[in-house]
Amino acid sequence: MDARFLGLAGEDWRAIAFSAGVSAAAVLASLPFGVACGWLLARRSFAGKALVETLLNLPLVLPPVVTGYGLLLLLGRRGWLGGYLFDYFGIEIAFTWTAAALAGAVMGFPLLVRAVRIAFAGVDPRFAQAARSLGARPLDAFWTVSLPLARPGVLAGVVLAFARSLGEFGATLLFAGSQPGRRTLAVQLYLLYEQPGEEAERRLWRLAAGAIVLSCAALAASEYLERRGARRDSS
Amino acid sequence: MIRLEFDCSLRYASGFTLDAAFSTRTSVTVLSGPSGSGKTTILSILAGLLRPDRGRIRLDATVLFDSERRIHLPPEARRIGYVFQDYLLFPHMNVRRNLLYGWHRRPADAQPPAFERVVEILELSDLLHRFPATLSGGQRQRVALGRALLCGPRLLLLDEPLASVDETLRERVLGYIEQAQREWDIPTLYVTHNTGEAERLARQTIVLQSGRVVGVEPANDRGDPAP
Repeated sequence: MDARFLGLAGEDWRAIAFSAGVSAAAVLASLPFGVACGWLLARRSFAGKALVETLLNLPLVLPPVVTGYGLLLLLGRRGWLGGYLFDYFGIEIAFTWTAAALAGAVMGFPLLVRAVRIAFAGVDPRFAQAARSLGARPLDAFWTVSLPLARPGVLAGVVLAFARSLGEFGATLLFAGSQPGRRTLAVQLYLLYEQPGEEAERRLWRLAAGAIVLSCAALAASEYLERRGARRDSS
Repeated sequence: MIRLEFDCSLRYASGFTLDAAFSTRTSVTVLSGPSGSGKTTILSILAGLLRPDRGRIRLDATVLFDSERRIHLPPEARRIGYVFQDYLLFPHMNVRRNLLYGWHRRPADAQPPAFERVVEILELSDLLHRFPATLSGGQRQRVALGRALLCGPRLLLLDEPLASVDETLRERVLGYIEQAQREWDIPTLYVTHNTGEAERLARQTIVLQSGRVVGVEPANDRGDPAP
């Protein structure tokens, strides 16, 4: 029998910790790309913009299992890119910690980009122009003026993407598998559901409650950050 | 004294066309004309925020823009202080950080006025730790003027500085501008739709209508010796 805390088995805690770690890594790694994409979509018009938007939003509407299968085709050991990585560099991605993070990142990315884009759209581009006229180079103006002004929205997007990644099931299961120690929260929940017996059912309930608490906390954080941004603009 | 030569044309998608030429070498030049006559467009082009279709701009020996020679200096390389009509103070910085934004980025050869002196003349010492959202229109105006002065500009652009200031404050704002003018003597382009407003500052007035220069008072400075 595992040691218990709050009625959850060690294995369940590991799933929560694994999910939280994987999701945090996923969001942190995708943040620079998300900010770049969101800024481009908010500020620039270019050929093929509609196509880029559609592709970015695809993980939102596709069944996650399809996304996971796509990742497997692309990055699996015999995948188009994964085969190359394995043959030449000995790098394996599928069914690793990285795979779980990548699946979470891909699923959370559309939400991140959407939030970032709305955040930049709400910042008057003339603030950056004022910064330029005061001697700031474009990147300087971005770091010191545009990004800080968009920060509440960007942070809200980070929290949303984190929550989305935390709950990811289909894509993670296909691309990262379900080996013990590499199980995400959602996968662990499913495996408990499949186990017969009252003990498994009790753990399932408690783990589900834990998932609800985590998700509510993430949503509340996102809401708080958005409100804080709104308050500063109007005060 | 500095010489500014401007000769540019720009056609907007909406159909409005700016095609204006003027040159000036006075300390304060007023650009006047009804709204929509292209005054702010000229300021944006001078500051490098808007790129004309063709033409030339020269500030003394520096070519800011030349369509034929494919020269278009970016705004940060022009050293032109722009006081926007709605000020555009950075809302996430307090007054002190707003004032010092351009000062920290001044080029090595620029000689901006001393921070303490700007704070003194524009009476900003009580505002330094406040944020723009908590300031009145007149206070924002002074901060915007101070911020532009502190980047060490060779030319100052003032876009309708009295437009969004309370009637009773106009005299005071004009007083601040006059005092800054006396203290630092930075060549200034002052935009207004109201000809009477800046009469006491103006050495020369350029009148615009529908994107064209329709009058210069007093007559152009052609008589002056060439630099």
